[in-house]
Amino acid sequence: MSGLEQLYQQVILDHARERHGEGLLDADPGAAMVGESFQVNPTCGDEVRLRVQLADAPDGGSPVIEHVSWDGVGCSISRASLSVLTDLVEKGSVRDADALSETFRALMSNRGAPLPLEQEETLGDAAVFVGVARFPARIKCALLGWMALRDAVAKALTGPTA
Amino acid sequence: MTTTTANPDVATSARERAAELARVRADFPLLTRQVNGHDLVYLDWGATSQKPECVIDAEQDFYLTANAAVHRGAHTLAAEATELFEDARRVVADFVGADDDEIVWTSNATAAINLVAYAMSNATAGRGGVAAQRFALASGDEIVVSELEHHANLVPWQELAARTGAVIRPLPATDEGRLDVGALETVVGERTRLVAVTHASNVTGAVTDVAAVVDRAHAVGALVVLDACQSVPHLGVDLHALDVDFAAFSGHKMLGPTGIGVLYGRRALLEALPPVTTGGSMVEVVTMTEATYLPPPQRFEAGTQMVAQTVGLRAAAQFLSDLGMDAVAAHEQELTAHLLAGIAQVPHVRVLGPTQAVDRLGVVAFEVDGVHPHDVGQVLDAAGVAVRVGHHCAQPIHRRLGVASSTRASVGVATTTAELDVFLDALAGVRAYFGLATS
Repeated sequence: MSGLEQLYQQVILDHARERHGEGLLDADPGAAMVGESFQVNPTCGDEVRLRVQLADAPDGGSPVIEHVSWDGVGCSISRASLSVLTDLVEKGSVRDADALSETFRALMSNRGAPLPLEQEETLGDAAVFVGVARFPARIKCALLGWMALRDAVAKALTGPTA
Repeated sequence: MTTTTANPDVATSARERAAELARVRADFPLLTRQVNGHDLVYLDWGATSQKPECVIDAEQDFYLTANAAVHRGAHTLAAEATELFEDARRVVADFVGADDDEIVWTSNATAAINLVAYAMSNATAGRGGVAAQRFALASGDEIVVSELEHHANLVPWQELAARTGAVIRPLPATDEGRLDVGALETVVGERTRLVAVTHASNVTGAVTDVAAVVDRAHAVGALVVLDACQSVPHLGVDLHALDVDFAAFSGHKMLGPTGIGVLYGRRALLEALPPVTTGGSMVEVVTMTEATYLPPPQRFEAGTQMVAQTVGLRAAAQFLSDLGMDAVAAHEQELTAHLLAGIAQVPHVRVLGPTQAVDRLGVVAFEVDGVHPHDVGQVLDAAGVAVRVGHHCAQPIHRRLGVASSTRASVGVATTTAELDVFLDALAGVRAYFGLATS
């Protein structure tokens, strides 16, 4: 596989074309836990605005991520990463999303080597970004959406800001 | 590019020029390297130039044979190092049509522009006495900045305005990516104290009609600060003839080392300008409560200077002078025409800036419809082609031309048309790689 193919795996190209979660959704009326984050990649001027709506878990555990939606200008890596992220964390718990986010960061710091199998399995489609970590200039592209997610969830949990 | 001609003189001169280009190219060791399994095609000269061996040697020779502190110490080596340092200033001054005491060494062009902005702040605070009051700004004074500027010739003025109560007035660009000279009359007025413009845009490549800017600015008593980073390496620049008040350019874009830049200031202005960075090497008499300052350029060169870099920059200026800036400009104009004509043949690619090689440098930014610049650059890099992607430190002009970022190919003295053809071939394959139509 050439360097370029390691970077642009088919799953990434597909998600860059058919993007999930794109288009900001208004929060449901009465939704209490809504958060939004705006992130920029200063090297290229790319931007993303990501919104989450959380709900209390029926069992009183970690809140559930009801919706993820986003809008932005970005390269195929950043948009594919946002699309994959939407699929992975929507309808899951905040605790699972946090764990996934940590694992994805670990993957991006792994210089292109795969993570141990039990970790890699939790990543689902996000595991195909393994090749991105071989291109230091592109790691920020893949992480932009995850940074926005973490920030938006934190804002949703701290409650509405006046 | 092949040319057929019946005129044997023209054919001979084309052959001679090709041989000359091959000789020039051989002076750049880095250009022989491979990238991703391909011969490197370096088209990022606008970001930084590669270095001829003579520049690398000059810097190394200085450390091997002449290193000493300059403008202090009386030993032989110190005297020799000082002579090299000042000789570099003479050669660089001569290269841009200035006098040597009008050339201030800075760490880069950004530092040069910031020096002027902070000196004006100091004048506003009353430093520099009566003579410096010509630089003092009052609330409501206007600083005119063109929409084409690199952030280095915009953000320092925003900060100066915030510190002094002055306001920024934008000088617009046209749809073609040129300075809108017609707007000078209305934008530059009685409250204008300073006009900041680039000599050539690092995005659109457009060469500014400096005379029109200077005429209007001087008519209202405003200073002109010229960003000459893109012009000095590629055009013959005569700062006295341009009649600007200040100019900045960098060493590393003109085949010289990093860590060295130049501030040019008209002599009378530098003499009146208060210092910014203070300390050793820029003072006359120092007591426990105050100090008096040396005349320019030393007044602006506090602390130990980047001597080896000045020696390297001298070698770069000499290398370009030996080639002849007319020959450099003619070679690069031919490349620019080839590049623009080639890009015009690739469907779904739009050039940001003039599409003809007239009053335009070989820094060509473009957008590929449907493909982000980072992705364009990645596909080109896989073919060994180095280009710049992003906003090139010039967000306002990108916004003006309706994009967030772009891909930019920029040529230099050692660029060949064969390299441009490798780039154009790779560019033609970009959309296909991402599954988009190519016709």
